[in-house]
Amino acid sequence: MTALLTITILVLIAIAIWQMTKIFQLTQVARENSQVATYKDNDLQGKLMYVFLIFIYLITIYSFWAWGDVLLPESASEHGVEYDRLMWISFALIFFVQTVTQALLHYFSYKYRGLEDTKALFYADNDRLEFIWTIIPVIVLAGLILYGLYTWTNIMNIEEDDDSLVVELYAQQFNWKARYAGQDNVLGDANVRFLQDYDGKNLVGIDSSDPNGQDDIVVQELHLPVGRQVIFKMRSQDVLHSAYMPHFRAQMNCVPGMITEFAFVPTKTTQEMRMLPEVAAKVQRINKIRHQNSQELIANGEEPLEAYQFDFLLLCNKICGASHYNMQMKIIVESEEDFNKWLAQQATFAEVIQ
Amino acid sequence: MSAIAHDDHHDHGHHHKETFITKYIFSQDHKMISKQYLISGLFMGIIGIAMSLLFRLQLAWPEQSFGIFSSLLGKWAPDGVMDPNVYLALVTIHGTIMVFFVLTAGLSGTFSNLLIPLQIGARDMASGLLNMISFWLFFVSCVIMLASLFVEAGPAAAGWTIYPPLSALPQAQPGSGLGMTLWLVSMAIFIASSLLGSLNYIVTVINLRTKGMSMTRLPLTIWAFFVTAIIGVVSFPVLLSAALMLIMDRSFGTSFFLSDIFIQGEVLHYQGGSPVLFEHLFWFLGHPEVYIVLLPALGITSEVLATNARKPIFGYRAMVASILAIAFLSTIVWGHHMFISGMNPFLGSVFTFTTLLIAIPSAVKAFNYITTLWKGNLQFNPGMLFSIGLVSTFISGGLTGIILGDSTLDINVHDTYFVVAHFHLVMGISALYGLFAGVYHWFPKMFGRMMNKNLGYVHFWVTAVCAYGVFFPMHFVGMAGLPRRYYTNTAFPYFDDLANVNIVITIFALIAGAAQLVFLYNFIHSMFYGKKAEMNPWRSNTLEWTAPVEHFHGNWEGEIPHVHRWAYDYSKPGHDQDFVPQNVPLKKGEEELNH
Repeated sequence: MTALLTITILVLIAIAIWQMTKIFQLTQVARENSQVATYKDNDLQGKLMYVFLIFIYLITIYSFWAWGDVLLPESASEHGVEYDRLMWISFALIFFVQTVTQALLHYFSYKYRGLEDTKALFYADNDRLEFIWTIIPVIVLAGLILYGLYTWTNIMNIEEDDDSLVVELYAQQFNWKARYAGQDNVLGDANVRFLQDYDGKNLVGIDSSDPNGQDDIVVQELHLPVGRQVIFKMRSQDVLHSAYMPHFRAQMNCVPGMITEFAFVPTKTTQEMRMLPEVAAKVQRINKIRHQNSQELIANGEEPLEAYQFDFLLLCNKICGASHYNMQMKIIVESEEDFNKWLAQQATFAEVIQ
Repeated sequence: MSAIAHDDHHDHGHHHKETFITKYIFSQDHKMISKQYLISGLFMGIIGIAMSLLFRLQLAWPEQSFGIFSSLLGKWAPDGVMDPNVYLALVTIHGTIMVFFVLTAGLSGTFSNLLIPLQIGARDMASGLLNMISFWLFFVSCVIMLASLFVEAGPAAAGWTIYPPLSALPQAQPGSGLGMTLWLVSMAIFIASSLLGSLNYIVTVINLRTKGMSMTRLPLTIWAFFVTAIIGVVSFPVLLSAALMLIMDRSFGTSFFLSDIFIQGEVLHYQGGSPVLFEHLFWFLGHPEVYIVLLPALGITSEVLATNARKPIFGYRAMVASILAIAFLSTIVWGHHMFISGMNPFLGSVFTFTTLLIAIPSAVKAFNYITTLWKGNLQFNPGMLFSIGLVSTFISGGLTGIILGDSTLDINVHDTYFVVAHFHLVMGISALYGLFAGVYHWFPKMFGRMMNKNLGYVHFWVTAVCAYGVFFPMHFVGMAGLPRRYYTNTAFPYFDDLANVNIVITIFALIAGAAQLVFLYNFIHSMFYGKKAEMNPWRSNTLEWTAPVEHFHGNWEGEIPHVHRWAYDYSKPGHDQDFVPQNVPLKKGEEELNH
């Protein structure tokens, strides 16, 4: 059925394109057809350039109207605010330049289309003009570079203090694990060589001879306390992965053979996020879509989709194999008390390998 | 050889007997080689574009059954549903084919070969033999790449960037077995071909210019091809070494890129290598590659725009300077692909700085193009439409580079569809437009016939609308946080509201694909039945239009024309016509623009 529909659509498109050719042909008087553009062609194509400018503006406006609400997820980390500000400044600049330059390009194309009596101006150079449009990008970009580098240094300079929580993110085809440092707040040494110890119970390859590792806690769900700096130490056991947490404006590759780092301070708990009007609206929208899709599934005698509720995401964002698209872990941000309560319930490495 | 015949102005080309094989297959004539490149490139392009349509279907209607999947993919699409490994393979080969085979060899190979000798006034390339070998190596690499599609476990599927360890370990995915070996072999041969070609272009431009053709009188096309060839010679060998090291890691147990790996229940012996090293080596070519693709397209645009605007290109010196600046900067910006690879954040700062610098010469080029149109007398031949289209997508795509080149902002949009949208507009679509502009403009030179302009207009407008229809909404998908190279986004309910955007994108993509059939029809039909071309149909200034329509080895009967002026004397006051070819001597008292 879909195949038939696809073919029908393709045929219709082909016919439409053919008809358009006819229209162009009809606009030309039947005189000798040299395949070089005539005044008539220039006139029509120039006008179409103008129409195309309007099309570019329309598709921009339409996209923002229809999909503007999916842009940049709510930020929930301290540096997220800073990030978003830089993003919107860059965006504003881009939109300004885009609007003006596309207007000039297409308007000139329309205005100076070659008609019967038009002549071109022999105008090859203007040093002052060129200086102006070299220096303006220089100044604007210098500003952006300085601002960007300032923010970058803030984000990437990780200063560990007594209060920070050290968490290891451990990637493998195709899931994530997290390791907490336990009481001593020091992660025990680890290497893939130890993965086969203790009948596979040593999930992330902790070196059992290192006393720092005994109280480490390995889990499949990431819990973070709100308002405290989390320092992630990232490892991978097989191929490249990338830990991508869009709500925290955080991403870092996990590289086999080395430990990479990223840090941020979560500022909103999962509960607080769910209460935000923007997030609630998004969840409602998604559930409406899921409800519709479920109707179809039920009609086919299949299970309906579960209702969605908001959770922070950890996705894999570096191609890693067949199930790359489904390599995820749930992140729960909660109050310090809830976090400590949860952590206390988890088994330490020493308990697991007993 | 004909190359040596440069000084012999009375060489009438090679009139000795040419057999079918020496004329059409193992030809050493740059014009024939250029056609061979174009046709192979277009053939690869059809495959590359068709692949993108297949995975676009999967993205819009995830895991649905399509008859076309079962017929094309066979057992890789059980019950007509695409397998995730095959999805990755399609994405990988689409990228490889489009970047290297279509936009590097197909674009640069075609037009460097056609135009360098003809526009600088040479009888052929410096070495016709090397040129022929270069093409046939390219052909062999095409054949190997296509053969990899028929391997039992499927072709390479680690993304066109083939980062190890994924690409190094057959255990990691089925595509990293024989498919990846063939990919690497094909690319190694491709690089050899590209290096031979580039060396030939450089030597030809430096040594074989006709009398009067000083560097400052070179058309911008030649400047672009020349500098592109230099970038290629500088950066392609690095990829070759990366490919060789990867081959050794895969087959001979070395550990250049691998360390501490546990896969499928087994600890591997690799110690001390780093995948980040591969990323450095790959992007040392990978980024300049963007300009290897783009500069020839910009060169073609400069030429086509000036000719059809009947106006000198604005700011010739600035255009040359920006080509040189882009070429230089392009070799020191590769790290912006690696901000979050785990390399030292300080390096990230340096690369942010150099990356945003490259926006300056790019901006100068865009402004100069726009000013070239100002007060022109625009002739909207199909080539002109594609050139203007190129400027438009170059601006739209280039601007989002300001976001991606900024290490801070890259954190959240890195490897999302935002990147996909950005580079498709700025180098994919722009370079394709350059290719189309070149084909429409120089078709009369290549085949002695004209392409149908009405089909050209339809081709342009449908493509132009669809290109924005595909890639504009894609920015939104990326900003929403959807990673690229995902087989489907249904594993995350969070992305459910992007499903309709994906459908819109796919529909535009399908229409765009259909529009390319119009081009193909026009191309093939015009080759045989097109209207016979005049010698200089676009009333252009450059030397190739002074050569006769009929091709023969040696390009000009009799003497090679001498050059007396730059290539952009369009609508110059004091002349009867609105163009003055480069071989027309200056009139008494006429001043040459010293640009």
